Amino acid sequence: MPLVLPPSVLGFYLLLAFSPQHGVGKWLHDSFDIQFVFSFQGLVLASVIYSMPFMIGPIKSALQQLPASLSQASYTLGKSERETFLRVLLPNIKPSLFTAMVLTFAHTLGEFGVVLMIGGNIPNVTRVASIAVYDSVENMDYSAANTYSLILFCITFVMVIGVFIFNKTQAKSPLE
Amino acid sequence: MITINIEKKLKAYSGQQWLKVNREFATGSIIKIYGPSGAGKTTFLKIIAGLVSTEKGSINVDDVTWLDTSTKTTLSPQKRMTGFVFQNYALFPNMTVREHLEYATKDAKWIDRLLTIGKLETLTTHKPEHLSGGQQQRLAILRALAIKPKLLLMDEPFSALDHEMKMVLINELKVLFQKLGLTVLIVTHNPQELDGLCNGELEIDTV
Repeated sequence: MPLVLPPSVLGFYLLLAFSPQHGVGKWLHDSFDIQFVFSFQGLVLASVIYSMPFMIGPIKSALQQLPASLSQASYTLGKSERETFLRVLLPNIKPSLFTAMVLTFAHTLGEFGVVLMIGGNIPNVTRVASIAVYDSVENMDYSAANTYSLILFCITFVMVIGVFIFNKTQAKSPLE
Repeated sequence: MITINIEKKLKAYSGQQWLKVNREFATGSIIKIYGPSGAGKTTFLKIIAGLVSTEKGSINVDDVTWLDTSTKTTLSPQKRMTGFVFQNYALFPNMTVREHLEYATKDAKWIDRLLTIGKLETLTTHKPEHLSGGQQQRLAILRALAIKPKLLLMDEPFSALDHEMKMVLINELKVLFQKLGLTVLIVTHNPQELDGLCNGELEIDTV
């Protein structure tokens, strides 16, 4: 669902779910003194929920591309499913894992709707770069907006180039 | 003694066909398995190893029931511990030659002996992508032997080897099989190549 829901809708439901006035949010607040709404922790949690499918999709696809005989060979050597996953399957999808991590991070970096909904726009607490750009434009401070945008652009550009170079050198299937 | 009595429905272009095998193999026997493409030779080996399920049948190895569909008994591949040489080798791309064997066994002396038998002692730090087809095939055989299985299942294990290497390896393996008291089932498309190695045969045909 996070993949197809508008981010603001997901953010709205998370806001309701973690509201300290009722439900899970109230239980977390009363029992453990944890508040996810308008806090950095909440912002991280919401980003994880929102971005998880972007991570899981490529990893699942990479695992499916590995020949079944790899895990079968490991089983006949007496290895458990867990050991097979950790020592055979996971190391052989390293390039996909790296690509998924970087792209998910870049995606999270630019997140706006979910973050704004659950985190608000509290300076030094939940104001992230993408919201700061919007805020600066709203206040007609184009210089600050340009600085934030340039920083985001550079980080994203470096990441994309990094992934491109990595894919060129490493990411070819280890089975080729 | 290995007793196998299985029936499995196979999908084929011509519709459904049955793989039916009812045989006993004496401990220590080396059996070549042959038959037309699509008859289920590889499936037969995988059923024995516990990698593929079957509709009906039983497998008993030295008084231990590996499979009995009537009582819904089935041992996992991990508990059967058959040595299995896959047709596509199924080598682990992330592991070196030595790491393959270390993944299977902690016995360093046995690993060294296997490396000598397979003539891979000088390639211990190489990963599969840097090995030739023949070297990969030998590594797949050594990895299967590393666990010292009672039953070794080999799916076209010599297809990528040149004649000379094939004869050398077969002679080495013959001695090793006898010494370990291994029962070996070998699928081949070329039954003649195993004439000096095998002491029994099984033809698998479609039903």
